[in-house]
Amino acid sequence: MAEVVAVIASTHHPFYYRASTSTGEDRPPFADEWVRKVEAFRETLTRARPDVLVMVGSDHFHQLWLDNMPQFLVGKAPVYDANWYNEEREFGLPRMRLQGQEDLSAYILREGLDAGFDLAFSNELRIDHSITCPIITLRPEADLPIVPVYTNIFAPPLPQPKRFVQLGRTIRQLVESWPSDQRVAVIGTGHLSLELGGPRQFGPHGPDPQFDQKAVEWISSGDIEGCLAEVTLDSLHAPGNATHGFMDFMLMMGVAGEGRKADYVDTYDLFHTMEAYFTWYPEARR
Amino acid sequence: MSKYLLNKFLFTVDRDADLVERYRADPVGTVAWWEAEEANRLLNCVGAEKSTWLAFEDEERAALAGHDYPKLFELGAHPFLTLTLFIAMFERDHEEPLGFQLEYARKLSHFSLPYPDIAT
Repeated sequence: MAEVVAVIASTHHPFYYRASTSTGEDRPPFADEWVRKVEAFRETLTRARPDVLVMVGSDHFHQLWLDNMPQFLVGKAPVYDANWYNEEREFGLPRMRLQGQEDLSAYILREGLDAGFDLAFSNELRIDHSITCPIITLRPEADLPIVPVYTNIFAPPLPQPKRFVQLGRTIRQLVESWPSDQRVAVIGTGHLSLELGGPRQFGPHGPDPQFDQKAVEWISSGDIEGCLAEVTLDSLHAPGNATHGFMDFMLMMGVAGEGRKADYVDTYDLFHTMEAYFTWYPEARR
Repeated sequence: MSKYLLNKFLFTVDRDADLVERYRADPVGTVAWWEAEEANRLLNCVGAEKSTWLAFEDEERAALAGHDYPKLFELGAHPFLTLTLFIAMFERDHEEPLGFQLEYARKLSHFSLPYPDIAT
């Protein structure tokens, strides 16, 4: 059976690419430390020697639209083109092309449907920065095949937080029962407190540092129960109007497992939002 | 209320470089053209399969035609769509990094929780 060799949860910050590649006067003062932190985080994936990446993210109204909106969608294609004109325009992100691990996509879809998740699928999916940001930070060679999993954290009505946790648990079980000898890393990105297009956006810190502190504690200690006891679809409006992206972190807590402390934790307090990086090594604990 | 249609305008303009420029230069004309020609286009279908019922309400049309992003926020347009498109149109007019984004926040500063509902 396949092995889950690393579980990684991270914020995705579309400004990292430009900040890390800019030079001279264009290079922001926070870039060097950011690059240092990201490279240390990258090493946590590299040392797990993965063959395949399951990538959890959320389309930002690029391909998925309100006339036909899935809650949870799995890409099943041999190739994924990546990044969009408006991401190139606003963030300077490069166009990318990733190979797909189609047999694992097929397995997750079939077995996921049979396990009670009515997953949507796409045979032609152009992925966006929710998945390419962690490729850029964690695997800039972009040389490993992926299975993209999209969640709806963006267009209400949204699934409940517990559903994200359950999907994470199911993804873990499915990857571990996949009849293959591949080494799989599951990587998901979301947000801590975040405001986009509202009065609290682009402040000197994230909009709710207290929430961020609590969130980092939940994630790093694997406190799914405590997190589910406090986080609701309504409560997530308070820390910032785009904070529902935190539910992708909750999904990743489900992948990592109840009570599983993260093996690697780092954060970086930036303007606009706090960066947070977590890695678990399931095999080390067996 | 046609929040969906407001979002559809923002979505279809934001993804088209020519339309972004056209909306920046001529908001009244672009909104009128879009409502007449594009509002009922089903995005994943051929032109003959148009919808028949989508139209802006007066204050929605006026908010779009006036580049009035605080009003769009009040009307429940999706804040991510509004922000992304307006950055594309107006960030260039500000010299300081994040100058437009911070002005945008200031112009919305009279809103407090709960924000207008964005569910469509």
